[in-house]
Amino acid sequence: MTRVSIKVDGVEYEDDVEPRTLLVHHLRERLGKVGTVVGCDTSNCGACTVLMSDADGHQQGVKSCAVLAVQADDREITTIEGLSGPDNTLHPVQRAFHEAHGLQCGFCTPGMIMAAVDLLEENSDPSEQEIREGLEGNLCRCTGYQNIVRAVRAASEEIRRSGGDAEPAAPSPLAGEGHTPDSGLPRQSVPDETIPQPVP
Amino acid sequence: MTITESPGTEIGSPRRRKEDARLITGRTTWTENVTLPGMLHLAILRSPMAHARITSIDVSPALETKGVVAAFSGRDVADVQGSLPCAWPVTEDMVHPDRPPIAVDEVRFMGEAVAVVAARSRAAALDAIAAIEVDYEALPVVLDMEQAIAEGADLVHADKGTNKGYTWVFDSAEAGTGGDAGAAIDDAEVVIRRRYVQQRLIPAFMEPRSVVVDPTGDVYTMWSATQIPHILRFLLAVVTGTPEHKVRVIAPDVGGGFGGKLQVTPEELIAFIAAKRLGKPVKYTESRSESLVSAHHGRDVIQDLELAARRDGTVTGLRVKLLANMGAYMGLVGPGVPILGAFMYNAIYKFPAYRFECSGIFTNTTITDAYRGAGRPEATYAIERIMDELAVELGLDPLEVRERNWINADEFPFTTVCGLAYDSGDYAKATDRAKELFGYDELRQEQQARRDTGDSVQLGIGISTYTEMCGLAPSRVLGALRYGAGGWETASVRMLPTGRVEVVTGTSPHGQGHETAWSQIVADQLGVGFDDIEVLHGDTRTSYKGLDTYGSRSLAVGGVALYNACQKVIDKAKPIAAHMLECDPADLEFTGGQFRVRGNPDGGRTLADCALAVFAAHDLPDGIEPTLDADAVYDPVNFSFPHGTHLCATEVDTETGRVTIRKYVAVDDIGKVINPLIVEGQVHGGIAQGIAQALFEEAVYDADGNLMTGTFVDYTLPTAADLPTLVTDRTESPAPDHPLGTKGVGEAGTIASTPAVVNAIVDALRPMGVNDIAMPCTPERVWRAIQGGAA
Repeated sequence: MTRVSIKVDGVEYEDDVEPRTLLVHHLRERLGKVGTVVGCDTSNCGACTVLMSDADGHQQGVKSCAVLAVQADDREITTIEGLSGPDNTLHPVQRAFHEAHGLQCGFCTPGMIMAAVDLLEENSDPSEQEIREGLEGNLCRCTGYQNIVRAVRAASEEIRRSGGDAEPAAPSPLAGEGHTPDSGLPRQSVPDETIPQPVP
Repeated sequence: MTITESPGTEIGSPRRRKEDARLITGRTTWTENVTLPGMLHLAILRSPMAHARITSIDVSPALETKGVVAAFSGRDVADVQGSLPCAWPVTEDMVHPDRPPIAVDEVRFMGEAVAVVAARSRAAALDAIAAIEVDYEALPVVLDMEQAIAEGADLVHADKGTNKGYTWVFDSAEAGTGGDAGAAIDDAEVVIRRRYVQQRLIPAFMEPRSVVVDPTGDVYTMWSATQIPHILRFLLAVVTGTPEHKVRVIAPDVGGGFGGKLQVTPEELIAFIAAKRLGKPVKYTESRSESLVSAHHGRDVIQDLELAARRDGTVTGLRVKLLANMGAYMGLVGPGVPILGAFMYNAIYKFPAYRFECSGIFTNTTITDAYRGAGRPEATYAIERIMDELAVELGLDPLEVRERNWINADEFPFTTVCGLAYDSGDYAKATDRAKELFGYDELRQEQQARRDTGDSVQLGIGISTYTEMCGLAPSRVLGALRYGAGGWETASVRMLPTGRVEVVTGTSPHGQGHETAWSQIVADQLGVGFDDIEVLHGDTRTSYKGLDTYGSRSLAVGGVALYNACQKVIDKAKPIAAHMLECDPADLEFTGGQFRVRGNPDGGRTLADCALAVFAAHDLPDGIEPTLDADAVYDPVNFSFPHGTHLCATEVDTETGRVTIRKYVAVDDIGKVINPLIVEGQVHGGIAQGIAQALFEEAVYDADGNLMTGTFVDYTLPTAADLPTLVTDRTESPAPDHPLGTKGVGEAGTIASTPAVVNAIVDALRPMGVNDIAMPCTPERVWRAIQGGAA
């Protein structure tokens, strides 16, 4: 057993782990962070993507099935569960996935959202092609990716509009009039010309 | 039935989904997230051989491994484990071999379970299965379907004496629904004969299957990542001999299915047996590698077609002969999958004569069963490919050949050569719209220019004018096809005292957004707020009756049940509102959520008023039952028949064989739409899976029956970078048999897109002598076809 100290979603955890334990299993089975899921066993699907700080404290996307828990010792991890603001305000990327219908079954979504956050951190204004290539490490079986790409574009615009700050911002233009701060989700549907309207 | 105009504004609105809030924040319940006190973890040892006799098996070394509580083999549970069910014995004499959840004496495909360990942790269980000792004696492996039915072939099931599971025939002359296809072919001016191969695919839902079983007292609660909690509960009771009322099944959030979770699995039964044996809760979650080799596969069909036509392009008959690979055993509905396609080979066309013959073949491979479209993609692929061949043979534009044969808008309802009554549609309208969005004429000009200049990158245009059948299914039809269950669906509407509404549906969503769409329907029918409605599903304690989600049936069938339940609530509330308003119920109308005296816009009573009134029950009309709650069960009178036109333009690099989709236009007609945002998502995802069959995916076995595509490294799901941006639009032919006019959209994209893509690739390469390329059309295969064609 090896003692590790890992800060996850703002909380410090100290645990003894088997050296072979994968970070994703540590997160799920020991820390109860079941928002992060496992979709494969070959690091292809990216469903387990989280942000992990490097030695300089800079957070980057990693597939938590490809990292040992001991490698995360003294590092800071952000999972999908810690992405929202302190008052549960959604991150712009979360909000954009909802608005653009960027998820169906939702199983790839935690990893897809974390990968998108990571992508926008590196490139605040990605083109459609850059988004497609940037998310190549994350598989989705439901959406055909089109609305995921649309969501990431929308999130990048919102983040840039709010001054490049990816922290949860004040009411989002995406959320529209019906936005209620308690849930962070719009309560009214918002007409959007980029999505199909009923055929007249 | 008449189509009612929705009194509200929810239906047709692109509502953002209710389901999202829990999914985008990582706060949902997947089966794998369920943890119970004292829960044990299971690991399954699987056969490394495709066909072998188990000469000895010793689980005792596993018991000596740290953390292990129990270990057992098939022999240890042989008298209690039963056999996996098949709900669709398509013929009276179908061969249905026993399939114990854990193999006892013989394994018949790589990945079949041979032993199970229960341990305190998943890691301990996985460590322990490596210690189990098994000796196998190799048996001959049967893989090729044609060899499997040849004289003297080795057998998958020696005791059955044959590898042929069944032969099922439909003949329009015998059925009295059309002419004699054989005679049409004999007398034809033109006959096109083609063989198409539907490669084996893997549904590859993103959430690996997972099951938890909790034995408490004599009640067993099973959480499972399944599409079919109700069917599963019924069959668990039957197979294990447990009284049905002592079995509860919960499908919490389920991460995709695509037909792949329309199964009663060995793993579910193994978990049940283990929980019963040990008296403790158990959990089993498969790894992706286990999923790819043991969850059922799809497609794997050889199709031989003979199409008879006159020289003007009018088709006079079609004969289809299929070999369908069942794998090593019969799946839950596997034998019926080709039968679902049987009625679709005539597609949107007025073929006068048709014969279909299918044989289900056993091989030493993973079983096949439903995968998105289930039979209909295969049929649509074959007919849309061969219609192009007919056009080439006759020197006609492929759209012209289709138009010459299709059913015209004024001919609906139209009874096809299969005897199905197509409900509504307008093929010309959808095609015209698709051509307009696509720039059909301009792209044809560009194609010609590239051909003229000998461009190394050639352009091809692929057409797919598809139809399909949704809304499984009228129960009588299913009975006539020997399916084991009915096709009805249920809904319950419960009015709470505060006017909020709980809706219980017998459908079982796993990504389709029923909570949102069902809320939209109820909001409009009852005049209550979208957010005041909670949709409950996937737990046989709250939703005790239902037939679950597959075959684009949930809205087409379950939506009618829901609509009818809402009408019953209104009917029940009416005398109560009349009592409050001191008027005759006959004078009341219900609009915008209010009962009002006709002609008097003031002083109405809402359903919430009525709900509170029945809750108090202080002052109700005499003899009135104090409830507004209503249940409805709907058995559809017909299938629904969506259709559409998909156009695909591919650029094919003739030097490398690389295919790039340059433009993809989909115009679908799925009747009326409840939520256009969800519909668009279904179309996108469906098309992506169809493109994946055309270009990327194939489950491959080596000569020994080892699955070579057993991980996501080798089984190549497309990524965001592999897929194009799609252009989608809709035309709208309301379903006449549905009060909301809806048809179904879950499978349309997958059914339509595969032939559109392959037709485009072949079209690009016609001048080089290419008239077919086996799927998936990888750069190597395309390049080889070009070399062969040019040679």
